[in-house]
Amino acid sequence: MTDMSRLGIDFAGVHFKNPIVPASGTFGYGKEFEEFYSLSELGGISVKGTTGTRRNGNLPPRIAETPSGMLNSVGLQNPGIDHFIAEELPYLKTKDTVIIANIAGSTAEEYREIAEKLDSTDVDMIEVNISCPNVKAGGAAFGVSCEGAAHITSIVRKATKKPVMMKLSPNVTSIADIAKACEAEGADAVSLINTLLGMRIDIRTGRPILHNNVGGLSGPAVFPVAVRMVWQVANAVKIPVCGMGGVSSWEDAVEIMMAGASLVQVGAAIFNDPMVPVKITKGLADHCNEKDIMLRDIVGAVKPW
Amino acid sequence: MKYTQGLYPIISKKAIAAEIYDMTIRCPHIAKAAVCGQFVNIKADGFMLRRPISICGIDKENGTLRIVFEVRGKGTKALSQLAEGQLIDIVAPLGGRGFTLLEKDKKAVIIGGGIGNPPMLPIAQHYGRNATVISGFRNASAVILQKDFAASGADVILCTDDGSAGRKGFVTDALAETLKSGKPDIIYACGPSVMLKRIISQAKEAGVKCEVSLEERMGCGVGGCLVCACRTIRDGEEYYAHVCKDGPVFDAEEVLFDD
Ligand SMILES: Cc1cc2nc3c(=O)[nH]c(=O)nc-3n(C[C@H](O)[C@H](O)[C@H](O)COP(=O)(O)OP(=O)(O)OC[C@H]3O[C@@H](n4cnc5c(N)ncnc54)[C@H](O)[C@@H]3O)c2cc1C
Ligand SMILES: Cc1cc2nc3c(=O)[nH]c(=O)nc-3n(C[C@H](O)[C@H](O)[C@H](O)COP(=O)(O)O)c2cc1C
Ligand code: FES
Repeated sequence: MTDMSRLGIDFAGVHFKNPIVPASGTFGYGKEFEEFYSLSELGGISVKGTTGTRRNGNLPPRIAETPSGMLNSVGLQNPGIDHFIAEELPYLKTKDTVIIANIAGSTAEEYREIAEKLDSTDVDMIEVNISCPNVKAGGAAFGVSCEGAAHITSIVRKATKKPVMMKLSPNVTSIADIAKACEAEGADAVSLINTLLGMRIDIRTGRPILHNNVGGLSGPAVFPVAVRMVWQVANAVKIPVCGMGGVSSWEDAVEIMMAGASLVQVGAAIFNDPMVPVKITKGLADHCNEKDIMLRDIVGAVKPW
Repeated sequence: MKYTQGLYPIISKKAIAAEIYDMTIRCPHIAKAAVCGQFVNIKADGFMLRRPISICGIDKENGTLRIVFEVRGKGTKALSQLAEGQLIDIVAPLGGRGFTLLEKDKKAVIIGGGIGNPPMLPIAQHYGRNATVISGFRNASAVILQKDFAASGADVILCTDDGSAGRKGFVTDALAETLKSGKPDIIYACGPSVMLKRIISQAKEAGVKCEVSLEERMGCGVGGCLVCACRTIRDGEEYYAHVCKDGPVFDAEEVLFDD
């Protein structure tokens, strides 16, 4: 058995036994992956983005492969917040892992309602998606301006005492400014990056591969962008940063942590290998044991030129 | 734990038609768990997304699975270059719902169109001589699995679009004739959506239960990412079900097609 004791991280007042968290939208509500490994091996789970009421999402095809990555246009298909609280959360809470609710709304009011409902549940943290590129109203619209991001942060902040983590869009000019706007309104943490807007066309038919025409790019292709943005944000704010975007190996996790992330989410890489979250955790543990270090000591350890 | 990811040896591989390959993989505990209608999700070297391929044979005694696939693009091309003796990275057995098999003495009509034929073989083997297999292809050079279907004991009707092998015409023409000569207990189908759409309405008209196996582009393959949506009716309302978890096999009445 690998010694996992060097991986613990305190993040926005919540203790994670290790920093590896499957990313929202790539891991459902976790249940399916219990058929591969125990969810208790994970630092936490960021569950599928949940809205005020049930959403059917976009028409298929919803996925397109790209060089070292993929586009998705799911469009936040989910059964709605009441279903999540009644049907999914009780089961998740039986697992020894941190549960992060991921929420999205079309209006500020919808964000407030969902956050209020979650306040009286036992989710450990709320991740607020203001960056989904796949829905027409709301979603990314709030995440692309400092005012929009600040507005949603303050609304959610007032609606709940739970730790609030704002999930930022990379489709902006200065992600550090957006992060600062969230911090100023009382966000406990930020997570980044959500997907980059992209498009593929089938040249035989002239049709976009995604029925939604455009979709969000993720996977190894976006990793350098994620590392850069995490580094910029970590230098701009005092609140902790959860990094993601293309992480697929323990080496990637170390790299994004060195850039300033103290928690790491893993998304698209799970499609390539469903075992990847536990493989990364094991790799991190071996690395720390070999180097005789605590993992938290590498957070922000990059030595810029 | 229902699902397994792992590297397993390819114990045989051969080309059975132009750009169509037949592979047998030794993976005893996956073979033990697999049921008819499920699929395996295969990693193609250098590609982000796995390729879903139906299970065409389950040999629980020898601990092997058989798959038959066509080269369609770069990923299946890479898979076709794997050789006997090499390891293949699969996640399996996937699919929350396979084919419903009735008692062996029931009468089944089993229809495969093109590369939709492989998943139908285990059904034919189940019903044996109580099955009628209607197997359709573009032309003679695309015909596969006819010996296997015949060996199952089923009555096999081979059709090609251009008449270069078997009878000329579509599987739906053969189905119409078969239905005239007697009502089966169940119809199974896998193939292009135009074909499925037509078969579903024929089955409905004849009042016969029908199951179809669907395809959609996939991410996780297990129900976690919701990308493999297909339009269905659930409790009277339109619902986007997920091929990997709610299927790949669906009741004909649930499925909605784009017009
Ligand atoms: C449940 C299921 C069972 C299948 N069983 C078989 C089988 O037994 N034999 C067989 O030859 N083929 C089968 N297919 C189709 C097979 O998955 C595709 O032909 C294959 O993924 C194409 O990959 P590519 O790299 O050659 O093509 P590319 O076009 O380069 O693939 C690009 C991306 O699109 C996806 N994609 C393209 N076409 C399809 C498709 N028709 N269905 C799903 N994803 C697609 C690929 O997986 C990849 O992610 C099945 C599909 C599904 C969903
Ligand atoms: C299929 C899919 C669905 C996603 N759904 C959501 C979602 O519901 N909410 C959200 O905040 N992010 C969602 N994301 C974004 C991921 O959580 C993550 O930010 C992004 O994919 C980058 O990480 P990766 O490269 O490791 O996938 C989704 C990503 C994918 C691939
Ligand atoms: S492929 Fe992920 S839900 Fe079906």
